[in-house]
Amino acid sequence: MSKFRWGWVAVALPPVLFIGYFFAYPLTRILTLGLSELSIGSSGLEARLFRVGWFTLWQAIVSTILTILAAAPLTWAVSSYDFRGRRLAMALATVPFVLPTVVVGSAFVALGWTESIGAILAAHVFFNVAVVVRTVSTLWARIDPRIQDAARVLGASEWEVFKRITLPLLRPAMAAAASIVFLFTFTSFGVVLILGGFRYATLEVEIYRQAVTLFDLPLAATLAIVQLLGVSGALYWYSRYQERTAVSWTLERGTNLRRPRGRARLGVLVATVGTLVALAVPLSVLISRSFTGAFYQSLFRDDPVVGTPIDSIWNSLLFAVVAMVVATVIGVLAATVITRRHGTLSRWFDLTLMLPLGTSAVTIGFGFILALDWPVDIRASIWLVPVAHALVAVPFVVRSTVPTLRSVPPETREAAAVLGASPFRVWRAIDLPIVSRAVLVGSAFSFVISLGEFGATSFVARPTSATIPTMIFRLLSRPGETSFGMAMALSVVLALLTAGVVMTIDRARFGELGSF
Amino acid sequence: MRHLRTIPVMTVVLALVAAACGAEEQTEIPGTITLIAHESFAEAVSETTFAPFTEETGIEIDVLASDDAGTLVNQAVLSKDNPLADVLFGVDDTFLSRAVEEGIFRPFESANLEAVDEDLHHPDDLVTPIDYGDVCFNYDKAWFEESDVEVPDELTDLTDPAYAPHVTVEHPATSSPGLAFLLATVDVFGEDGWLQWWAEMRDAGVNVANDWNTAYYSDFTRYDGDSSIVMSYASSPPAEVIFAEEPPEVAPTGVIEAGCYRQVEYAGILEGTEYPGSAGELIDYMLSVEFQEDIPLTWFVFPANENAELPTEFVEHTTIPDAPTRLASEYIAENRDRWIDEWIGVMEG
Repeated sequence: MSKFRWGWVAVALPPVLFIGYFFAYPLTRILTLGLSELSIGSSGLEARLFRVGWFTLWQAIVSTILTILAAAPLTWAVSSYDFRGRRLAMALATVPFVLPTVVVGSAFVALGWTESIGAILAAHVFFNVAVVVRTVSTLWARIDPRIQDAARVLGASEWEVFKRITLPLLRPAMAAAASIVFLFTFTSFGVVLILGGFRYATLEVEIYRQAVTLFDLPLAATLAIVQLLGVSGALYWYSRYQERTAVSWTLERGTNLRRPRGRARLGVLVATVGTLVALAVPLSVLISRSFTGAFYQSLFRDDPVVGTPIDSIWNSLLFAVVAMVVATVIGVLAATVITRRHGTLSRWFDLTLMLPLGTSAVTIGFGFILALDWPVDIRASIWLVPVAHALVAVPFVVRSTVPTLRSVPPETREAAAVLGASPFRVWRAIDLPIVSRAVLVGSAFSFVISLGEFGATSFVARPTSATIPTMIFRLLSRPGETSFGMAMALSVVLALLTAGVVMTIDRARFGELGSF
Repeated sequence: MRHLRTIPVMTVVLALVAAACGAEEQTEIPGTITLIAHESFAEAVSETTFAPFTEETGIEIDVLASDDAGTLVNQAVLSKDNPLADVLFGVDDTFLSRAVEEGIFRPFESANLEAVDEDLHHPDDLVTPIDYGDVCFNYDKAWFEESDVEVPDELTDLTDPAYAPHVTVEHPATSSPGLAFLLATVDVFGEDGWLQWWAEMRDAGVNVANDWNTAYYSDFTRYDGDSSIVMSYASSPPAEVIFAEEPPEVAPTGVIEAGCYRQVEYAGILEGTEYPGSAGELIDYMLSVEFQEDIPLTWFVFPANENAELPTEFVEHTTIPDAPTRLASEYIAENRDRWIDEWIGVMEG
């Protein structure tokens, strides 16, 4: 019995140390500093804070609902049917997720969508559709079709099958996707600033403004705590919900995709093409602008100011690989602990792991500056960049893995244990083959998050190393037609790189060999 | 035996304490000096930028990038007890007083300071001016030729309905040139008159963009927008020539001198550095003619050292305003929040 427990400590230790040192410790330091100087009493501020807090909450809820609705058709198509271009469609839907907000923002402005709440919501949907499609389809595609067939035989209509069988089984995955979209939009920064401006400030924007431009650290810390409380509340509700709705049932090892026939063919066509066309409208602005001159050739030439733009790919790829490996290892260990140890401790652990996604980048970045000179000074280390990326990516790995892991019936594991398998052996022989697909989805997201950068590193002091997004910013922040054109061309390169990487990862099937 | 062993330990401890106390004044030459700067400076530093300095002194320069001037100052303040770097570059007048209040800088008077206009000096030499940039209205020459309209000379001209609907400025709460231009109007019209001018601009239909990017690349007629006059920089016309597909004979855009605001960027030695002497040498180098002549084409701002020669693009294609507006950093720090709130009250209220 005692040997068993030590095993769990070993599994839990890396994620606990990681989240403790790179998140909880810096966060505590910065909040303590901010609050120690606190003096509430500025007049008129409460009204603005209430307005900002309320706007942050409702736009995040509406964005999340809209994203789920917008993603539903494509999710259905890729989860139920195997058709030509299925992988390509999924990869293309992921592209918006990595594009720098400044680039997407400029495309939206060019389309005339600006200065309105509609533009902000549309941009949120545009960025996050991939989260829903990928997280939900992982589970959906592997529901044992015999359950649905049984219902059909008993006379259920297609709609009844969906409503009474499929949807309840999908609830955990949908909640997982919704929680991530909610966190992303709750902490939205660039989109709100570019498309909404000062009028539509979120808590994230307000924290930045108070801390960075107005130097009101106490107020910024207070806001950061309000933001944390909001995020924690939502996550707590979510984790209760997920535990309640989790059902153990046998997932198929492979996917159960059928060829679409008859009316389904039309449905798949409409769902896929419709979604992609909608996503392609803003992208087409970038593409057409990138071809108004010889900008792609210029990417390969040495620029006196920014160096050779295309070289930034190598830094991006290096960071992305490191962030992916770190996030995957930490995330899978954490998911194992969360699903196998029940109780309050495990629930709080789960919640804490999600928090970085819902914490403002300013708070984390300034926390790093304050805290990470102990025990050794790593504040200026280049590796803080992928670590910051991994911090944001771990929740993706956890969220995509947990629903699948929970679906593994405990009896299967117990049977294996009774037959003499060690805990590790049980994990390798039973859990891993089933979750490998889900882990891959999380890994792909980690990679893509790092590639797109997301501003997680803006507030970390770091050695210079141009990544694709920073190169795009550099080009976009100087005048001249080639500067602008090259920024657009590099954005298209980033989009292609993303699609390529996602397709490659989607093709990998290490778990199904059962030998990894 | 135990007692015997503690003696060497004590000696080492005493030696360390002595070394720590003696670190007040620099005795040895460091292998590297760390320079922290905002991203737009840091990302443009190349292998050759500090090569002459390294060759002469044997000291390598490590560059750390911070997001923007505000973040930079915040990071320096937060790490005051254990500085991230030896020298900070990129603080401007809008953020200077916060840095000064927190006492993060160590006074230093560069030997090269005499080649810099007195107006740019810091009164106590806590920081050293390295470059300046003028935030100015740019106009689209082609638009003015086609529509046969005179280029305006004064800010008061802009409230005319012939101009105002074609003018884009940036929001002062979300954009650095936006804030600079707000300060310019305070300087030009005074505390009593500046909001009146903005109210007239609002009524005449001025356009407000959230950031420079949107203003320049989406709203400017040169990039298919509707505004022929856009708040940008005095260095933008030369950049239009240098970063053109086919370099034109004349710049496609021009600078309107009225309402230009001068932003000065300073470097300072961070209190707590172990190598104040070498840090000072680095600042001397950044103010030397050799380094200063690289500034325009690398960072698109103007050198502080008057002996530095400007590249031809900067001589031919832009105007350096004779009397740009500028406000003292303490005055800005005291009033900025109120000004922004009042501006929002007039423009969005």
